[in-house]
Amino acid sequence: MLQRLKDTDFLGLVLWVFRAAMIIMIVWGTVATIIENPYPAHTWIDTIVAGIAQGSLYALIAIGYTLVYGVLFMINFAHGEFFMSGIMTATIFVAQPMGASGFLDRNPILGLAIITVVAMSVSVGIALLTERVAYRPLRKAPRLVPLITAIGASFFWQYFFRGLYGSEVKSFPQLESLTGKVSVVGIEILKTHIVVIVAAILMLIGLYMFVMKTKTGKSIRAVAENKDVAALMGIDVDKSVSITFAMGAAMAGIAGVLYAVVFRQVHFFMGFIPGIKAFTAAVLGGIGSIPGAAIGGLFLGMFESVGPGLFLEGLGVPAPHQLKDVIAFTMLVLVLIFRPQGILGERLAEEKA
Amino acid sequence: MTKRSLIILGLLVVASMVLAACGGSSYECDDPIGCVTYGPGEPVRIASALVISGPNTDLGTDSQYGAEIAIAFRDNIMGHPIELQAEDDGCSAEGGQSAGQKITSDPTIIAIVGTSCSGAGVPMSEVMSEAGYSMVSPSNTAPSLTDPDQAWNPGYLRTAHNDKVQGKAMADFAYNVLGLTTAAAIHDGDPYTEGLARVFADSFEELGGTIVEFTAVNKGDTDMRPVLSAVAAAGPPEFLYYPVFTAEGGFLTKQAKEVTGLENTVLAAADGMISSAAIEAVGEAGEGMYFSGPDLSFSGDIYDKFLAKYIEDYGSEPISVFHAHAFDATNMIFDCIEEVAVQDGESIHIGRQALRTCLYSTSGKQGITGTLTCNEYGDCADPKISVSQLTNGEYVKVWP
Repeated sequence: MLQRLKDTDFLGLVLWVFRAAMIIMIVWGTVATIIENPYPAHTWIDTIVAGIAQGSLYALIAIGYTLVYGVLFMINFAHGEFFMSGIMTATIFVAQPMGASGFLDRNPILGLAIITVVAMSVSVGIALLTERVAYRPLRKAPRLVPLITAIGASFFWQYFFRGLYGSEVKSFPQLESLTGKVSVVGIEILKTHIVVIVAAILMLIGLYMFVMKTKTGKSIRAVAENKDVAALMGIDVDKSVSITFAMGAAMAGIAGVLYAVVFRQVHFFMGFIPGIKAFTAAVLGGIGSIPGAAIGGLFLGMFESVGPGLFLEGLGVPAPHQLKDVIAFTMLVLVLIFRPQGILGERLAEEKA
Repeated sequence: MTKRSLIILGLLVVASMVLAACGGSSYECDDPIGCVTYGPGEPVRIASALVISGPNTDLGTDSQYGAEIAIAFRDNIMGHPIELQAEDDGCSAEGGQSAGQKITSDPTIIAIVGTSCSGAGVPMSEVMSEAGYSMVSPSNTAPSLTDPDQAWNPGYLRTAHNDKVQGKAMADFAYNVLGLTTAAAIHDGDPYTEGLARVFADSFEELGGTIVEFTAVNKGDTDMRPVLSAVAAAGPPEFLYYPVFTAEGGFLTKQAKEVTGLENTVLAAADGMISSAAIEAVGEAGEGMYFSGPDLSFSGDIYDKFLAKYIEDYGSEPISVFHAHAFDATNMIFDCIEEVAVQDGESIHIGRQALRTCLYSTSGKQGITGTLTCNEYGDCADPKISVSQLTNGEYVKVWP
C-alpha cells in the first residue's frame, strides 16, 4: 500500500512537472512572440482564418469518426478513404470535364452542386459497401478485430483508387467566381475560406438537428445507447448502423468537395493524413459527441495554423511551421491530461469506455 | 529424432559443405569485399532503386526507362544477358532503407542504379556500402551525399549534378538576370530540398542579395498559407524559391498567389518539379514560374538513337529530366564490369572492390550528358544547369 502510494506520487509528480513545463513553454513563447511582434495584424488574421477553414474541414471529417464510435464503439480508420474516394471520382469524371468546357465558370452553383452530389454518392456508396462487407460480419467479434479490419479496408481503398485513377496528382479546376477575396467587416477573407466555413457550419447544424429531432435520429441514438434494448423496442439495428455510416460518409464527401475547392489538388493518398487529423480532432473534442467533433476540429485547425507562429517564433525556433504537427499533438496531450474525456466529452459509461 | 539419425544428418551436412567447397570452379576470389560469379548463361544482374510510385512516379519511371534503354543497347556483357531488378525508393528515407535491404539481401546483384530522391539516397547509400555494393545515382543532387563529412559512403557515385551548382545557378539567375535583390527559400526537410535551398540562399547573399526568410514545410502538408504568410510578413521577398516535390510544390504555387504581399513575387522551383505531373499540380497558378534543372539540350548520335528508342518503347517524349543521366549511369557500371570481370571458361567473376575502384577512376568518358569524370567522392557529372519558364503549360528554356 505504502509502495503503491509512493509510485503514484512519483508518477503524479512527473506529470505535474510535464504539465507545468509545457504551460511555461507556451506562455513564454507567446509572450516573447507578442513582444517581438514579427507579423503585422493582417498576417495574424489570415492565419486565424486559414486555421478556422482547415478546422472546419477536420470537423466535417471528424463527424464520421464520432458517429461510428458513438454507435459501434469502433474506430473506423477507413473513413479518410471515404473522404478521398468521393472527391477523386467527382474531380475526374465531373469537375475536370466541366472545368475544361467552361461549364463550371458559367454555372458555378449548379456545377458545384453536381460535383457535391457525385462526391457524396460515391463516398456513401463506398462506406455502405465497406460496412456491409467488412464490418457487419465482425460486429460480434472482439473490439480489436474491426479496428484491424478498418485499417485493412483503408489500405484496400487507397490502392484500389490508385489502380483505378493512377498515382498522379489530379488538378481540380479553379472557379472564377471563387477567386480572390471579399471584405467582411473590414477583414479581407478568401472567398474559398468563406465557402468552407459557412458550408461546414450549415452541415454541422443540419446533422445535429437530424440526429436530435427526427425519428431516424432518435433510433440511432437508441442504438448508440444499447443495441439489444433498441432491437427489443422494434428498431432495425442494422439499418440504423447503415444510416450512421451513410451520414458520416456524406459529411466526408462534402468535406472532400470543400477540400478540393480550397486546395485544388487531389490524390489517392489525400485521405490518410486528414483522416488521422480528424480522428485526433474527434478525440480532442470528446469522441462520441457531435458538437465535440466540431470544437475539436476547430481547435486542431487553429493550433496547427496559429501555433507555430505564436508559440515557437518567440522562442527563436527556426522554420517553426515544419513543427505544426508537433504543436497540434502536444496540445492534444495537454488537453487530454487535464480533460481525459476530451473538451466536450461526457464521462463514458463503463460499457463504452 | 534418434541419436543415430542426428549423427547421419551431421555427417551429411559436413559432406555437402566439403563437396560445395571443392566442386565448382578453381577461381579464387582475392577481392577484399568479395566477388560475384555468374555461371554459364546466367544473366548479369543489376538493380534499380527509383521512385516508381506516388506523386513523383514520373521522375523515377523516366530514369528507369533510361536504364532499360542502356541495357537494350548493350544487349550482353561478355556473352551474359543483363537483368534489371526494379525496386521502389518511395522518395523517402524509409523507402530507401527498405529498397537497400531488399537489394543487398540478394548476393547475385552486382550494382545499383539509384536512388531517385536524395532523401532515399542517404540511408540507401549506407546500407549498400556496408554490404559491399556499388551504386550510381542518376538524380540524387543533395550536396551532402558526396561530402565525406556528411552522408558519403564508399561505393556511392552519381551522374547527376551536385546542387552546389544548381543552387548557385538559380541565385545567379535571380540576382543578375532578373535583377532581384530580396529572396526567400522554403524546403521540406528532405536532404535534397534543404541542401538546394541552403546553397541558393548562401549564393544569393554572396552575390549581394538579401534572404528575408529561410523556412520549411512538412512533406504531406496541404495548408501552406500560414508559412507563406510568415514569408510575406518577413519581406515580402521579390523572389521565392521552393525546390520541393510535386505535391507540396503544387500547394505552395496555388496558395502563394492568394497570400497578401506575395501577389507579385516571382516563384521558382527546381528539377524535382519538372514533369508533366508537376504541370498538372501547379495548374494555371504556375504560369510564368521558373524552374532550375539540368540542361537537357543534349545532342549527338547516341542521344538521337536514345530518343528514338524511348519514343518507340514508351510511346512518348521523355516524361521527366533524368533519363539521360540514368542511361549514362548504367553505362558507367557496364563499362567497369567489362573492365574488371575475370573470364573463367564460360563464367565471369567480378570483384566488388575492383568494380568500385574502376567506377571512381572513370575519367573523360563520353556520355549523353557530357564528359563524365569522377572525383574521389563520386561526383561524376559534367554539370550544366539551365532555367526554364512555364509558358502555356510547357517548360521553355530561358537561360543561359
